[in-house]
Amino acid sequence: MSGLWREVGTIGEIPAAGSRVVRTDAGDVAIFRTAQGAVHAIEDRCPHKAGPLSQGIVHGGRVTCPLHNWVIDLATGGVIGPDEGCVRTLPLRLDGERILLDFSVLVRRAA
Amino acid sequence: MPAKQKLVVIGNGMAPGRALEKLFEAAPDAFDVTIFNAETRTNYDRILLSPVLSGEKSFEDIVIHGDGWYERNGVTLLKGHKVVAIDRAAKTVTSERGIVAPYDKLLIATGSSPVIIPVPGHKLPGVLTYRDMDDVSAMMVAAQSGGAAVVIGGGLLGLEAAAGLKERGMNVTVLHLMPTLMERQLDPTAGHMLKRELESRGITVITEANTEEIIGEAYVEGVRLKDGRVIPAKLVVMAVGIRPNAALAREAGLEVGRGILVDPSMRTSDPDIYAVGECVEFNGSVYGLVAPLYEMAGVIAMGLSGREAAFVDSALATKLKVTGINLFSAGDFAEGEGRDEVVLRDARAGVYKRLVLQGNRMLGAVLYGDTGDGPWFFQMIREGTDVSDIRENLIFGPAFVGGGKADSGAAVSALPDTAEICGCNGVCKGKIVGAIQDGGLTSLDDVRAHTKASASCGSCTGLVEQLLTLTLGDGYNPAAVKPLCTCTDLSHADVRRLIVAKALKTVPDVMQALEWKSSGGCAKCKPALNYYLLSNWPGEYVDDYQSRFINERVHANIQKDGTYSVVPRMWGGMTSARELRAIADVVDKYDIPAVKCTGGQRIDMLGVKKEDLPGVWSDLNAAGMVSGHAYGKALRTVKTCVGTDWCRFGTQDSTGLGIRIEKFMWGSWTPAKVKMAVSGCPRNCAEATCKDVGVICVDSGYEIHFAGAAGLDIKGTEVLCHVPTEDLALETIVALTQLYREQGHYLERIYKWAKRVGIESIREAVVVDDENRAALYERFVYSQQFSQTDPWAERVDGKDAHEFAPMRHVSFREAAE
Repeated sequence: MSGLWREVGTIGEIPAAGSRVVRTDAGDVAIFRTAQGAVHAIEDRCPHKAGPLSQGIVHGGRVTCPLHNWVIDLATGGVIGPDEGCVRTLPLRLDGERILLDFSVLVRRAA
Repeated sequence: MPAKQKLVVIGNGMAPGRALEKLFEAAPDAFDVTIFNAETRTNYDRILLSPVLSGEKSFEDIVIHGDGWYERNGVTLLKGHKVVAIDRAAKTVTSERGIVAPYDKLLIATGSSPVIIPVPGHKLPGVLTYRDMDDVSAMMVAAQSGGAAVVIGGGLLGLEAAAGLKERGMNVTVLHLMPTLMERQLDPTAGHMLKRELESRGITVITEANTEEIIGEAYVEGVRLKDGRVIPAKLVVMAVGIRPNAALAREAGLEVGRGILVDPSMRTSDPDIYAVGECVEFNGSVYGLVAPLYEMAGVIAMGLSGREAAFVDSALATKLKVTGINLFSAGDFAEGEGRDEVVLRDARAGVYKRLVLQGNRMLGAVLYGDTGDGPWFFQMIREGTDVSDIRENLIFGPAFVGGGKADSGAAVSALPDTAEICGCNGVCKGKIVGAIQDGGLTSLDDVRAHTKASASCGSCTGLVEQLLTLTLGDGYNPAAVKPLCTCTDLSHADVRRLIVAKALKTVPDVMQALEWKSSGGCAKCKPALNYYLLSNWPGEYVDDYQSRFINERVHANIQKDGTYSVVPRMWGGMTSARELRAIADVVDKYDIPAVKCTGGQRIDMLGVKKEDLPGVWSDLNAAGMVSGHAYGKALRTVKTCVGTDWCRFGTQDSTGLGIRIEKFMWGSWTPAKVKMAVSGCPRNCAEATCKDVGVICVDSGYEIHFAGAAGLDIKGTEVLCHVPTEDLALETIVALTQLYREQGHYLERIYKWAKRVGIESIREAVVVDDENRAALYERFVYSQQFSQTDPWAERVDGKDAHEFAPMRHVSFREAAE
């Protein structure tokens, strides 16, 4: 299988309706766990003013950026209207409790 | 100056309360007033017992005159004193406890008692009437454990009781003797529509139900009807009418029929004795609705202040105060010789309108489903308007009658200035429009605060909103002030009230019970709900960490680059060499790029990396410093001047008071940030007069200010009061803050809260009413025991450690090769 898969931790390490940061040399990735139990990984960078999305309030399947309240859909990375924009999402795989991420989108950009 | 006359009032209900209000307006110093009140409560709004029962309001919400009102107006109120005799020759009254009070004028307002049907079992425990707050409390207790309730009586009160008990979770059956509900206010068609509506809400309605017996051994077990049916119930509420309390008047030799007989000036057969309210009989009628009682009150106030007026027995309008049911009736709508009727029905929309006319005049109207034109019809009935020119389109309302096209505001626009909009408080259209124009009012809450219109039962809210639209045009934007967020249609005020009424204790509970439209809320409502729960249930509610904004989650302020700023507390703005040295060391050790003095006399370290926060805090803690809450909706700072310690002009120890306030109040969460200041003299070097709460020390004590602003808005403070001692200053400030904590909307600063609820109501609660101030103070003190733990120290000890470290570091260097 192609891609750049790495294990980044377990579901239990992320608080429900919360997030954690995975620090990489190609930028930070925010991993979210929603109240319903879904896990999503997106770039930790709001398309508006680069705010750290990992620090926002998680509600349903969305996060609100702590700097200027832009709202991002965690599954698609899309910005919820009326603002416009998109955050990169990272392919994510669960192996039991273990979370695996494919970082190839980031590294290709960094290269 | 002539000696004041003595006015004695027997009874302390809504009618005498209104009479006194009007009297004090017309002749403020004419009488020394003494009230004998058999109940132990002050005057409250009985019309609103139903919203209290259903949980939409609390008892505090329906108090009309608090203790302070009596005190301010020099009224002697004797609570729990029942009058047992009137001696008309000696002009005295005597209470059960032996107090004898002389009068020049006497006002009898003994009210009415609920009618009890003397069927077997009517004295069993669990059989209640629906009359006062004690009845409501008893019903609320009974409803807590659920079960079945029977309401006997399908009139206005009975149906409101039934809806309230249903709302509280009971299975409710209404028994009504007549073939249709509310037959005195509704025609049979509207009565049937009402029955269907109640049944669709799960209330069982049995009409033509004749109660034979209330069954039960030691406690109510059910009701048996004449036809043999038995309806099990653990609670039976009798709401079958009222009977005037006229015994006291009869014993005093006054003329009495069903009630105390009065002439149009509301005098009884003794010209020095007036009677008002549900105890009177006028022209063969007795009264139970508030509008005519208030009219009587006005007539009496005029009479007592030397200007005669006459009570006119005019047509009455009725509304049912059950949320979601729109029903209006006015005047006389019985069928009869020489009477015509005009009927409009729209079955799909659930609308029914019927007008009754005689000759060219309207006699009565019944509206169901769409009651917007009610006041317009009512006005024509009362004034006997000739409708011959508009008869064809009359039933379509003023929008069509005028020939113009229909729009929602047309009905209201067509009303004359004298038309009554708010029946509870007797407010007419002209007064509301005038207040909006002259007072620069822009919201429903403003209008309620300034005119009382729609502030009681709220059934005229729609009309008041239309007046706002009509007067302000695009300047009125109801949506801007209404819902808390897009997840709900409820306002902040509604949500706060329902959290208490329904005893909701977690964020998911609130979202479920109040039917949130989103699954998990949003970034607006989550922190608001978390605050409301925290302030309402101190010690019980567990703070929902994920509902807090990042600053309150990590106890530092996020900056534009994702780093944080750290502000340690400096009590009253005082610091020391040791603290400054520790700060300097921390700045060096963690390579903090910027250090700045804040406007609140603190030191701010900017650009701290998130991972470094626990280390920074640990070092600051070691030097004795704790969190300054510069990041929170909380007490931020108390800024002070040097006061009598150093200043040659200082009048009091302003620094000491500032430190004392800050040490007492730090850690408490508030609706929005709270900044305070204490200045040692009126030169005001601490700039206390633009703060949320400020103190100006003077020679004679402490002037307490509040509701200032120096941010988005600039506003000088209002003076709350002057107090002689530092202890009282602290108690007052604490009580003020607690009131704000309990009433403020999330993110609403103190000056906005004060504007919304009115400066007077705050002064009343915090300054005038000593008991209430003490109670507020106690509630604050209670909640403080759960909040005065330094959040920095907790995190140094490992709390929420996951916040401050990345989950993993991942490197791709080798992979890229």
